Amino acid sequence: MAELTTLPRLLQRNARDLGSRPAIREKDRGIWQSWTWREYHDQVRGFALGLAALGFGRGDRLSVIGDNRPRLYWAQVAAQCLGAVPVPVYQDSIAKELAFVWSHAEVSVIVAEDQEQVDKIVALRAELPALRLVIYDDPRGMGGYRHDWLKSYEAVQEAGRRFGAEHPGYFEAEIDKGRPEDVALICYTSGTTGSPKGAMISHANAIGVAETFSREARIKPEDTSLAYLPMAWAGDSVYTLFASLSVGFCANCPESPETVQRDLRELGPSTLLAPPRIWENMLTSVQVRAADATPLKRRTFEYFRSVAERAEILRSEGKPVPAGLRLATALGEFFVYGPVRDQLGLGQAKWALTGGAPLGPDTFRFFRSIGVNLKQVYGSTETTGLVSLQPDTEANPTTAGRPVPGVEIRIAERGEVLVRGCAVFKGYFRNEEATREVIDAEGWFHTGDAGFIDPRGHLVIIDRAKDVGALADSTPFAPQFIENKLKFSPYVREAVAFGNERPFVTAMIAIDLGTVGNWAERRGLAYTSYMDLSQKEEVRELIREEIRKGNQTLPDAAKIRRFLLLTKDLEADDAEMTRTRKVRRRFVAERYAPVIDALYGGKDEVELSTTITYEDGRQAAIESRVRIEDVEGAPARV
Amino acid sequence: MSAQLEIAEVSKSFGGVQAVTRVSLEVRQGEILSVIGPNGAGKTTLLNMISGFYHPDAGRITLEGADVTRLKPSHIAERGVARTFQNIALFRGMTVLDNLMLGRHVRMRSGVISSFIYWGLAQREEVAHRRRVEDIIDFLKIQDLRRRPTGSLAYGLQKRVELGRALALDPKVLLLDEPMGGCNHEEKEDMARFVLDVNQEWGTTIILIEHDMGVVMDISDRIAVLDMGQKIAEGNPDEVRANPQVIKAYLGEVKNPTNGGRRG
Repeated sequence: MAELTTLPRLLQRNARDLGSRPAIREKDRGIWQSWTWREYHDQVRGFALGLAALGFGRGDRLSVIGDNRPRLYWAQVAAQCLGAVPVPVYQDSIAKELAFVWSHAEVSVIVAEDQEQVDKIVALRAELPALRLVIYDDPRGMGGYRHDWLKSYEAVQEAGRRFGAEHPGYFEAEIDKGRPEDVALICYTSGTTGSPKGAMISHANAIGVAETFSREARIKPEDTSLAYLPMAWAGDSVYTLFASLSVGFCANCPESPETVQRDLRELGPSTLLAPPRIWENMLTSVQVRAADATPLKRRTFEYFRSVAERAEILRSEGKPVPAGLRLATALGEFFVYGPVRDQLGLGQAKWALTGGAPLGPDTFRFFRSIGVNLKQVYGSTETTGLVSLQPDTEANPTTAGRPVPGVEIRIAERGEVLVRGCAVFKGYFRNEEATREVIDAEGWFHTGDAGFIDPRGHLVIIDRAKDVGALADSTPFAPQFIENKLKFSPYVREAVAFGNERPFVTAMIAIDLGTVGNWAERRGLAYTSYMDLSQKEEVRELIREEIRKGNQTLPDAAKIRRFLLLTKDLEADDAEMTRTRKVRRRFVAERYAPVIDALYGGKDEVELSTTITYEDGRQAAIESRVRIEDVEGAPARV
Repeated sequence: MSAQLEIAEVSKSFGGVQAVTRVSLEVRQGEILSVIGPNGAGKTTLLNMISGFYHPDAGRITLEGADVTRLKPSHIAERGVARTFQNIALFRGMTVLDNLMLGRHVRMRSGVISSFIYWGLAQREEVAHRRRVEDIIDFLKIQDLRRRPTGSLAYGLQKRVELGRALALDPKVLLLDEPMGGCNHEEKEDMARFVLDVNQEWGTTIILIEHDMGVVMDISDRIAVLDMGQKIAEGNPDEVRANPQVIKAYLGEVKNPTNGGRRG
């Protein structure tokens, strides 16, 4: 038996050793349909032979587009078996992005989920000269299509049966040709600047990361996962393809994107990976349901929630939990925490991971306090999704965890995090120049993230490296790190921190009209508009208190000394932010230059003139006087 | 090809109002036939006569060679004619799944007693019916709504569930009374897609009443035009569009057609 150095060989091993265990399930017709590893292998084999019969093979590239479905996963593994490379794409991409990826990767076969996706390809067909074959999974509505390059999944399987009979041993021989350094996957990264880049992940990357991840996260063949994140996202491939093949656990595809929440609850997977957005939505849904419940239930929930949070804070600080509180949490487990976890589908989860963006400490603490083993993971497409992970006993909302074995981390000048080891990708597909920019001669991958290693040995990510500057006394200054602390407050919608080459840190804050408005109404505070509300004495005091809280978790030099409340929110329409709500720092610094001068000039008030762009493109200028506030508690100016 | 459904010279009056006058129509197997006309033209009355809600005063309706003119609605349903209603007719308190299961009622064979015992035949039957209903749920992409009471759904979704309920009957002929009425643009597009897919996937003959001319022209194989209870035209979309009588019925008698408003 050849060594287990490529993903297809792992599949062969699973079919042999775990043959009758479930490998993948899909909820279809309201029932979880399941396939064993032997069936998974036969499906992959059949489809691979079909592709081979149609002239697809080593060195070619196959793309998949659609929601998570077993057939789309099988198609990717089938391509790997033949020595070809899968290139999954986001199913909701706009046509321009799809055309770029498919033509840049010179994709020759696309496996599409249904008519909706096929229609996108038909529209782009003329721009894709390399494309030879489109295979659709769901035949629904496809009767009227008459293209010789369009085939059903079944037709390919049928071609495979004939080809297999004529070429016995072909499939196995192709797998034997596979080498660990071969490319196993190309993931196109969205990228904030320029065109997407195709990160090439080798079989060695895939298996190295899968094994490390499974060991560190204690994944066993009995485990289950929900495969619901976009297939084009590297994290899904690592989890649903690489780790599942490596360990042999069962991945589960939801019935439809709309049913994920219900399917999650039905399934109760033993592991769950979710970005911050999903955790925030879950917390909101719990809060909404609690608010709608009867007063008794609501008060029970509120009481036990506060009990759990007090206990969790003590635990995270390593302090003993008093007996009374322990008793209360035990009761709470019975009345509240267990049922809530069950409702969310987290009843069976031995761990849950969050990554990709910062998760607010309150949200993080809520899930920990109700007994969900939520932990942070850090990685990027170029590091096969895994650099560091929090061990069970060291979970906390601020760090990205310990570097995993096999991955080296170094902090370069200006605080950039460099990564080396089995996780670092092979380079960008057909983009030598970009590859040289990020992987240096010694093999270090430059993540572009700035961070540091804390005393416990955890990696802490603070900002994008290019945004990191220094205060006048050369203390490093990371605006996004400070802004995130502020934005964890429900009353703060946006924050922009200043301090580069300045003596101290200041901030402009845009309040959240919804929550602050609600807060004001509960206090019987009348207001007429966003502008009016933002300049109320009471609101300034409210935000000052929020900043004080944020300051407590910041190092002295990074504490915010002065701030002002903007009279309008930052808007993408006004070019102050990108459409994905990232602050355009340079633009904001120019537009608000007088305000920034005033923040540092020691004045108590400033004339703020802002322009508002209406949706029809008309602009209006608003002149207002804005109070500048000092934050006490921050150390005095040097 | 011979007609699957033949309507010969049917008339119906209510009191002194002559709703339908000597209308004849041949519906072919597997086609999408739209019936259009201004309000009060007799379209719904015609549909009601086909489904047995009304019996014609004169004339004959034959389904696959058999005379169904005077059959009760339930018997016509058993013969494979299903319909949806202009004003949604679902059990609002029941879930989507239950409404669809109910739609299969005429296909169920086990009696009251054996259903109570729920063993053997009755159980097997229930499972088989549930499978068919799940096919329909999948087809209409309403997996997330299975357990929702239909009354709590948005209007466009209720329309979709109603189509599902009609499909649950495994109809040979499907009568759709304004399936897109009151829907927004996106819901209309979805519904048009579903109607086409039903027709294509299962070969179901469809008789459609619809006011949105864009949709009608796009998806119909043939169109019949009623005005004041009489059939004034019949043909494929292009023929109907060019028919002067149709233009007159829709635009009224005007000197300058560009200024004419649509009636109804």
